[in-house]
Amino acid sequence: MKLLTHNMLTSRCLKGVTNGYPLKIVANEVKTENVDYNSEFIARVIPKVDWKVLSSTASDFGVSLPEEPPADIESNEDMLRKVHHALLEIEITQGDLICPETGRKFPIKQGIPNMLCNEDEVK
Amino acid sequence: MSRPEYQAPPEFYYNDEEARKYTRNSRIMEVQYQLSERALEILALPEGIKAHILDLGCGSGLSAAAIEEAGHSWVGVDISPSMLDVAKERDLEKGDLILGDLGQGLPFRPGTFDGAISISALQWLCNADKKSHNPVARLKQLFTSLYSCLARGSKAVFQFYPEDDKQVELITTQAMRAGFTGGLLVDYPNSSKAKKVYLVLFTGGIDPVMPKPLVNEHELPSAVSNINRKMKNKPVRGKPAKKSREWILAKKERRRRQGKEVREDTKYTGRKRSGKF
Repeated sequence: MKLLTHNMLTSRCLKGVTNGYPLKIVANEVKTENVDYNSEFIARVIPKVDWKVLSSTASDFGVSLPEEPPADIESNEDMLRKVHHALLEIEITQGDLICPETGRKFPIKQGIPNMLCNEDEVK
Repeated sequence: MSRPEYQAPPEFYYNDEEARKYTRNSRIMEVQYQLSERALEILALPEGIKAHILDLGCGSGLSAAAIEEAGHSWVGVDISPSMLDVAKERDLEKGDLILGDLGQGLPFRPGTFDGAISISALQWLCNADKKSHNPVARLKQLFTSLYSCLARGSKAVFQFYPEDDKQVELITTQAMRAGFTGGLLVDYPNSSKAKKVYLVLFTGGIDPVMPKPLVNEHELPSAVSNINRKMKNKPVRGKPAKKSREWILAKKERRRRQGKEVREDTKYTGRKRSGKF
């Protein structure tokens, strides 16, 4: 699972969860993959990303991003490459996602998070 | 062969053996790929924009391959672990896979995706595979969560195999209740084999223009329609109606033949008196 996907995942399908965001990551196995860099795509994705969540999770994986997105980010090639690395190249292969409200664990196996809920957990 | 939905729930039907077909059977692969390309065409994303697309029931990632081919990034959701394993083996780098049940709602933040496609997945939701399953509630859950995680002014295209009209109604009603506008698009409507049904949904903010369906030239109806053809000059079978001009003329002719005194035929013969008299 990439951090881009983590940035968008919530646990709001659980009963009694209003936001369910951000999910906490417990990573047991992390891989770095090379993905083709596309500045247009990154620039388009940045407004959609929750920057605070991204910068705090990225720092857990050794990528330091500023707390606020720089104003000139679209022309800042270095920063875009950094964001690209954080969003697309870090791959969590084994671990858990934890719901911030209920503490429910969603296991990640072979890079695929299991978001299935039991029948009694859903709305 | 009975429909796969009847045989087992999706997470069991698409086991390792069934999933392997999606890498080996070239026909299945071709059909799935073409459907995905068509769905993307209907989605009609603005030219040159790299969008983030949600793939519902992504299965073995064939549709995701079509999305990558078009240059977009994607997130795929499916309930079958075997199919996701196959998808993982594919060389796809611009997306992510999630194991999830569409009927439980989509676990995404609002406004994340620029569009959604779904190939041959929706009909699975219409079955109650477990005691606790209620198709109406599950469809509602899917559509409401989909509506929220799509950006404003985006579309969702579902290709599916409806069982009957009732099922179509069930699905469209739930989609409309969730706030979507749009409707069905049927490609090749005259061919039972090539016919493909797409549910095209719009979120608010764009002018909903339904795309045109594809029609196969060879399968247009072969006969010419005769609905508007006039039937006036066709002779009526049997005797003319009583008191009609034809009936009067025939009667006068008969009397003439009998040697009786008969007034000659004029343009006034058998004509009605005008009401002014």
